[in-house]
Amino acid sequence: MDISTQNTQAPPPTTQPPVAEQKRAARGATRPGDRIFLGLSRGSGIFLLVIMAAIAVFLAYRASLAISKDEGNFLTAFEWNTNLNPPVFGIAVLAFGTVVSSIVAMAIAVPIAVAIALFLTHYAPRKLSGPIAYVIDLLAAVPSIVYGLWGALILVPNMNGLFGWLNEYLGWTGIFSWEGGAPRSMLTVGILLAIMILPIITNVSREVFRQVPQMHEEAALALGATRWEVIRMAVLPFGRSGVISASMLGLGRALGETMAVATVLSPTFDIQASLLDPGGGTFAQNIASKFGEATEFGRDALIASGLVLFVITLLVNGAARAIIARRKEYSGANA
Amino acid sequence: MSHAVIADKRPSALRGARLPKWSSWAIAVGSVAIAVAIGLGAGLDSRIQWGLIAAILFILGTYGIAARVEGRRQAKDRIATSLVWVAFLLAVVPLVSLIWATVQRGVKVLDVYFLTHSMGVVADSEPGGGIYHAILGSLEQVGLATVIAAPIGVLTAIYLVEYGRGNLARSVTFFVDVMTGIPSIVAGLFILSLMLMFDMQPFGFAGSLALAILMMPVVVRSTEEMLKLVPNELREASLALGVPKWRTIMKVVLPTSIGGITTGIMLSVARIAGETAPVLLLVFGNPFINANPFEGAQASLPLYIYQQYANSAGSTAAYDRAWAASLTLIAFVMILNLVARGIARWKAPKTGR
Repeated sequence: MDISTQNTQAPPPTTQPPVAEQKRAARGATRPGDRIFLGLSRGSGIFLLVIMAAIAVFLAYRASLAISKDEGNFLTAFEWNTNLNPPVFGIAVLAFGTVVSSIVAMAIAVPIAVAIALFLTHYAPRKLSGPIAYVIDLLAAVPSIVYGLWGALILVPNMNGLFGWLNEYLGWTGIFSWEGGAPRSMLTVGILLAIMILPIITNVSREVFRQVPQMHEEAALALGATRWEVIRMAVLPFGRSGVISASMLGLGRALGETMAVATVLSPTFDIQASLLDPGGGTFAQNIASKFGEATEFGRDALIASGLVLFVITLLVNGAARAIIARRKEYSGANA
Repeated sequence: MSHAVIADKRPSALRGARLPKWSSWAIAVGSVAIAVAIGLGAGLDSRIQWGLIAAILFILGTYGIAARVEGRRQAKDRIATSLVWVAFLLAVVPLVSLIWATVQRGVKVLDVYFLTHSMGVVADSEPGGGIYHAILGSLEQVGLATVIAAPIGVLTAIYLVEYGRGNLARSVTFFVDVMTGIPSIVAGLFILSLMLMFDMQPFGFAGSLALAILMMPVVVRSTEEMLKLVPNELREASLALGVPKWRTIMKVVLPTSIGGITTGIMLSVARIAGETAPVLLLVFGNPFINANPFEGAQASLPLYIYQQYANSAGSTAAYDRAWAASLTLIAFVMILNLVARGIARWKAPKTGR
């Protein structure tokens, strides 16, 4: 609309219409085609908002059906028995497992992703950085189920050595103690999730590092700084908020990842102190593996746990986007 | 900095001593050799450990040598450089391993028979059978999802770029961003709650709806970027000739950016083609060929991989089929990616800059 209103001086069409009609045409959106087109495109936008609202409303409705019949405490119960009468189920174990696996994934992925982003922007030979960025994109394009299959059949058998090692030297911490079960545990899940969220964190961080003002870097170099000092003094401070939001986008992915966790983890419904012993579960994994034999009530209960996951990812993603949006405003140089 | 070193080969009194260019390679080769020796000597059977030992040796070695020859600040710089390189290699290892494993194990059973037969009369633990039903289901579900999501996504992007001002556009932008982060299983649960409401059994189109929800925000994002690349002068020229705004968009803006829009749509198709979770909830899987997406359970390629892995109690035949199906899926996704990038390069908007 704005563009056509600016064009009030546009020459009138060849056949002179009456003055009133001419005025209306100048305001725009009076031609039927224009009105239909605006309606369609605005309608699509509104439709997207409606979908978001509908997701929240329908999930909340089905969840309320299940939670109202829950005999245990939905937030703290350590059980998932939806077939009992009365049913008892709670999300405590799932929340714990989801948080732990995501923290492990973040702890591994963020430093590596930031290093790769730095590699692409500041270290790699110019000729290499294009193909490498492409390889990182390929990493993102591999479907999660293939990661899951790879994780379960290739990564898991290869974790035995590492687990034994961790148990031997760090077992006293309790976090890294291992009773020798198959390494289908939270640590393996975290490593697999880290591989999967690496590309998104790398890509967003890379964009931010690209925007660092050239002047800052050149100033640091002119003062005799080494490349690392340039990065520490000019690049990282500038990119900090970008890296934080990139990490939160990655966190959002890790929280909701289903298939890779479902194939790798051997789930139990309790909380393990050790990262190496198999057991535990995540929201998404629990839904995928319990869904098959769930009754209609059981499905409602799973929907209730899905609603919690939805709210958590909404908050994480919303916060990440808000940080990115704020950054866009104050660094006007990168339009 | 390195340019100066290359240009001027004479030793200079102003510069401190520097390690020769091949030194980092030498340290890398040395540390790998020592790591292999330690690995063999101590009988460590995990290659991951070998790699970790090599990486640690490389970093320590670089620091030690550089600190001695060049000084501490330079040594720190070299450590950062080697850490960054190690991080990059660490990221490449899983990708190479994944592609290697998929190709090596996938080609075992991947042949014309595998692509043209279903699992109808084959038990999950027996050899034989194929993925025809899964390919068919995947193509139908993804095709229907694209038919729904692509127009809505493109129109929303047009609204945001060409019309959108004010609160509605701002909130659409924000929620499109948030929507890209919806876990796929939540989209599946949403459609599932609708199906529970109307007491419906699993069918292919339900999966398409969930996939469409996942696809829309991606299409909006990429189309928006492409429309923003269209130079404003083109729009102004068309409007100045008295062309209505909607015809300007249809005849000038869209044709200019059609390459990029197609690329975006194809990349989002590649993304949803690998989604398993919503299909697991809504389409359920079916070993028989079901060509009708509107009635009865269907199969799909990612779901087939999961079920071959999960329901076969460790049978080698099923694992082989899972790898072969993975190879097919990766090949499909990669071809889409390559073609999409090809189109993007071929039809890149001429920005005139």
